[in-house]
Amino acid sequence: MTDRLHLDEEALAELKEVMEDEFGILIETYLSDSADRISALQQALDAGNDESFAKSAHSFKGSSVNIGAPQLGALCLEAELAGRAGRLDEAGVMLERIVLEFQTVRALFQQLLNP
Amino acid sequence: MEDAFPEPGPLRILIAEDSDTDRLILSKLIERQGHQPIGAADGDEAVALFCKHNPHIVLLDLVMPRMDGMEAARQIKMLAGESLVPVIFLTSMSDPDTLAQCLESGGDDFLSKPYNRVILEAKINAFNRMRLMHRTLSQQRDLIRSRNRMLLQEQEVAKRVFDNVAHTGCLNADNLRYHASPLSIFNGDVLFACRRPSGGMHIFVGDFTGHGLPAAIGAMPVAEIFYGMTSKGFSCEDVLREINQKLKRILPTGMFCCAAFIQADFHTSQLRVWNGGLPDGYLIRGDGSRDILPSRHLPLGVLSPERFSVDADVIPTEPGNVLLVATDGILEAENAHGEMFGEERLLATLDSVQEPAAVFDAVMGAIRQFSWDQGAQDDLTVFALEMNESDKAAEMSAGLTLSAAAGATQWVCDYELSDQTLGQFNPLPLLLHICMEVPGLRLRSGEVYTLLSELYTNALEHGILKLPSEWKDSPEGFGRYYAERERRLARIQGHSIRFTLRHSPTHDGGRLFIECRDSGEGFDYQSVLQHHHDRQCRYAGRGLILLQQLSHSLAFHGAGNRVEVVYDWNLT
Repeated sequence: MTDRLHLDEEALAELKEVMEDEFGILIETYLSDSADRISALQQALDAGNDESFAKSAHSFKGSSVNIGAPQLGALCLEAELAGRAGRLDEAGVMLERIVLEFQTVRALFQQLLNP
Repeated sequence: MEDAFPEPGPLRILIAEDSDTDRLILSKLIERQGHQPIGAADGDEAVALFCKHNPHIVLLDLVMPRMDGMEAARQIKMLAGESLVPVIFLTSMSDPDTLAQCLESGGDDFLSKPYNRVILEAKINAFNRMRLMHRTLSQQRDLIRSRNRMLLQEQEVAKRVFDNVAHTGCLNADNLRYHASPLSIFNGDVLFACRRPSGGMHIFVGDFTGHGLPAAIGAMPVAEIFYGMTSKGFSCEDVLREINQKLKRILPTGMFCCAAFIQADFHTSQLRVWNGGLPDGYLIRGDGSRDILPSRHLPLGVLSPERFSVDADVIPTEPGNVLLVATDGILEAENAHGEMFGEERLLATLDSVQEPAAVFDAVMGAIRQFSWDQGAQDDLTVFALEMNESDKAAEMSAGLTLSAAAGATQWVCDYELSDQTLGQFNPLPLLLHICMEVPGLRLRSGEVYTLLSELYTNALEHGILKLPSEWKDSPEGFGRYYAERERRLARIQGHSIRFTLRHSPTHDGGRLFIECRDSGEGFDYQSVLQHHHDRQCRYAGRGLILLQQLSHSLAFHGAGNRVEVVYDWNLT
């Protein structure tokens, strides 16, 4: 689980081709989207709402996989499964790892956009 | 298939996805495939945009805020109604229960994340093909449905038109029993009956080749000719000739009409039966014996006028005898095992009948019992005519319309026929037609026709052809009489019959004077007038009695070859 790529270069190349001029917009959208997801996860955790936690993790997983951030996607899947199983006690650690991974991914994306 | 109902322009594809990132990627992918994406951020918005844009295909994320994908799918499928709008779920779930629920809620397929543009394109194309095929089938089904409804409406209208043309004539006469499907016209069956002005009756039963409208169309002119000519007093030979000529002209090759034509004369208890292509008819006599009336001719509409024969079987009958004629539905009625009713069963049924009057119910009962199936009787037309004069009150045929317009009331008409014309032409319809121009006299057409007909028959058959009426007293002599009549008519020379008709009005009616003069030698009218109660000469006697009864006065002149009748009538 921990040895996946932060960014999938191949997938990103394809996305770049598909999105053309809008590639930058897509990445920025993803980054702001993700910030929202992380705060939603934090809120669900604070409120002890495992269902809401699982849903947010599920959505975050989907967009991360699509954007070409497989490691972040994998961490989100773990969080989703924990949320669905009602194991919120483990979720705090998971959220920390997600936040950490997201910071890495964000740094890599910013590098990519402004070389 | 798609070509039948082409649909121009790109596909509108609704994307419901709460993640902005995913929606952006999908929209771009779809745009690059040449379609038009419509983005929605949750289920609520998806349903609203579905109503607004009427998209061709819907992509739904399963997990969305406000309304999830399954509920949105349910609502969209309901809104789409009969048309097929493919719904594809976007999901990264792989739990079988969840996936099954997606399909149950109305989804058609899944697309998993991360999106693969090759698979996305293939799925959109596959579902678009399915959607178009469904649309084409629906449109063709609607087209077939509307064509069928139109056809039924047309048939209904055609039937109403036909009923107006063919009406029921005198099928409701109390000496006539019949069975005919209400929609028999579309099976190609026709049954007409019409009283003759002289009091007898014409019956026509026909079976056109084919079914449906083509068969019905041929029946129209037949009905027109049959009712028109019969009401005007034409004989069965004249009507048959006209119908055959008409059908020969209008029907395509291979289409014709098997038919029987019956002329019934109740005064003389005599039948003329012409059968062309129908199964044997039967005359059931009081003693249980029966005469068979087989087809002796080709169906109507086959032979050209020159080759067409109107020779009818002339059959003397007794009051109470019953004539039964049917279309081939009577032999071909099938039972549940596919067996046909057949001639053997029909004859056995006829054998079992005690009274001629019971024959119709016996035959219909036997067929019903045999087939147990309404369908068999739908293709069957059958009638039974009892040789008794029916109710006088119904003497006027339905469908004869009275002209209210003023017409000729004061006139004289001389009309002379001679030689070959006597053998080839029946002047009675023409003479009757002239008389019917008198307003009000049409109500007495039967009496006028009888006067004209008796005078003409006496002048021709006895005055000119010198046929002895005693011959008609025996069945053998009967045949001989008509054979001899034909023979002598063919050789007629130097003879003529002259009618003088004169009409003048009275205050509530009129007086019709008829003089009939023939070139024959005349006859001993004194002795005939004296002996007219004698049963031995009832035919000749009947004519004279009838003339006396109907007219104000009857007078013979010269050698008996000039007869004068004065007929008074009034409107009351």
